[in-house]
Amino acid sequence: MRRLEIAGAWMLGVLWILPLAWAVWSAIHPASVSQTFEPFAPLTLRNFAAAWRMAPFGAYMANTVVLVSMVLAAQLLLCTPAAFAFARLRFPGRDVLFALVLLQLMIAPDVLMVENYVTIGYVHLVDSLLGIALPYLGSAFGIFLLRQAFRSVPRDLDDAARLEGLSLFGRIWRVYMPLARPVYIAYGLVLVSFHWNNFLWPLVITNSVGTRPITVGLAMFSTTDQGTDWSIITAATLMSSAPLIVAFLLFQRQFVQSFMRARAGE
Amino acid sequence: MRLAETTREAVQGWLMVLPACLLLAAFTHWPTVQTIVAGLHTHPVPGHPSEFDPLSNFQDMVDDPVFRQALWNNLVYAAVLIPSTMTLALLMALAVNRRLPGRGFLRLAYFTPTVLPMIAVANIWLYFYTPGYGPIGRALAPFGLGSWNWLGSASTALPAVTVIAVWKQAGFYMIFYLAALQSMPADLAEAAALEGAGRWYYFRRVVWPLLMPTTLFIFVNASIDAFRLIDQIVVLTHGGPDNATLLLLYYIYQVGFQYFDSNYAAALTMVLLGTLGAVTAVQFGVLARRVHYR
Repeated sequence: MRRLEIAGAWMLGVLWILPLAWAVWSAIHPASVSQTFEPFAPLTLRNFAAAWRMAPFGAYMANTVVLVSMVLAAQLLLCTPAAFAFARLRFPGRDVLFALVLLQLMIAPDVLMVENYVTIGYVHLVDSLLGIALPYLGSAFGIFLLRQAFRSVPRDLDDAARLEGLSLFGRIWRVYMPLARPVYIAYGLVLVSFHWNNFLWPLVITNSVGTRPITVGLAMFSTTDQGTDWSIITAATLMSSAPLIVAFLLFQRQFVQSFMRARAGE
Repeated sequence: MRLAETTREAVQGWLMVLPACLLLAAFTHWPTVQTIVAGLHTHPVPGHPSEFDPLSNFQDMVDDPVFRQALWNNLVYAAVLIPSTMTLALLMALAVNRRLPGRGFLRLAYFTPTVLPMIAVANIWLYFYTPGYGPIGRALAPFGLGSWNWLGSASTALPAVTVIAVWKQAGFYMIFYLAALQSMPADLAEAAALEGAGRWYYFRRVVWPLLMPTTLFIFVNASIDAFRLIDQIVVLTHGGPDNATLLLLYYIYQVGFQYFDSNYAAALTMVLLGTLGAVTAVQFGVLARRVHYR
């Protein structure tokens, strides 16, 4: 019984890693041998070089990096004070407002893409990185997560900091944010992987090389720019996800724990 | 003095939440209202300006076979995607929660697809599904199914794109089950073992009830995903063949950005919002009554 379970777990694991393993195999072999699965076939990096030349992946990658950094910085800057106020300050309308914020957990901006496109057009930001980012800058997920973290900070610590003469922002900076560090890491990792992978809204709102993030660029590349040279497509595919995969392998433990912690914030 | 302090705190509070809330309102609440307004108006055509007619778009919807197919497809997609990802997620979590050889590798294997962009995942699976040439075709060649076009046939396209979503999402939900399993006190298992409870009995009577809040949380998120996860359809099938993989959000995308009928798209969005609202209502309904929440 026990052996059967282990075998089952392993079969599932192999099944789950197989598509990715194949992609790696195909990307590091010349097209002529990538289908034969000879264990000692010669390795090559040419597919990556070819893919890199065939489409402006450098520009796409740069767009994604700028986009993700922008969303990350803006969300931290906006959600931290909002989360603190919802957690620790008393002001009229607070609970109603918080309920309205939570509504966004259910209605993601991409569901409302038609109307959001009109709004972005109205402020003349169609086909700009800011236009991609704007709908995501106020994040219910971030506010919710940080509010939970701030609420668990002991009141005594806060009072002590106040007696020391720290201002409101001093208390947030010196007391609340350091204590919520694990939550910030969790939130940051979830945010980076979400926006690195986001596709539909960027597809709708961009139409030039200067603004397309890597997901949209990759989709255009694999549907239009070439025939069906699988080695090159997989090389491009791996290249576009490489930074995330590498980050994931390096920070595997933090990654998994951060997703768990994001959940524990519930 | 006391009053001044309360006022100050109120002003501070409002100033601190305002920037985030304004942005949130501009891209969630405002477009929701705009969607409802647009959905209740007719689409302007030359000579016929847009006018208020709350039933017109919904009348069209009832008579629109493509909409009915999109709705049906989406219900089938959800009905398969939600239980299969949840079951797999639970099995994966139970597997890697215990000591077994290669646990680290297994956890990595289950979780990695989650990190990849859906577009990358779609590319990889496109090869897998290639008739005659891809691994699935070659594995099934002895059964005469080698040249079957999985994504290009109306009967198998929806299952094929569903499999992709299951593969990508199961590991993500596994994490939540794993977190819940690891937070369970170890003495529970010991106590059950002392009482002579079998493993299946222990799972059914102790573990499963304790996992209920997690299950509900995953259920709601998986349901939302089932109406949102369409990236693979955008690049692989464009809703085809013969609308076989047309889902609600993809139809909204088509109507809004390819047919440019923003009023009909708005009415379709209202249906989607209603569905998401119903899912959330279920969550709160069940939460209030049955599930004990930590």
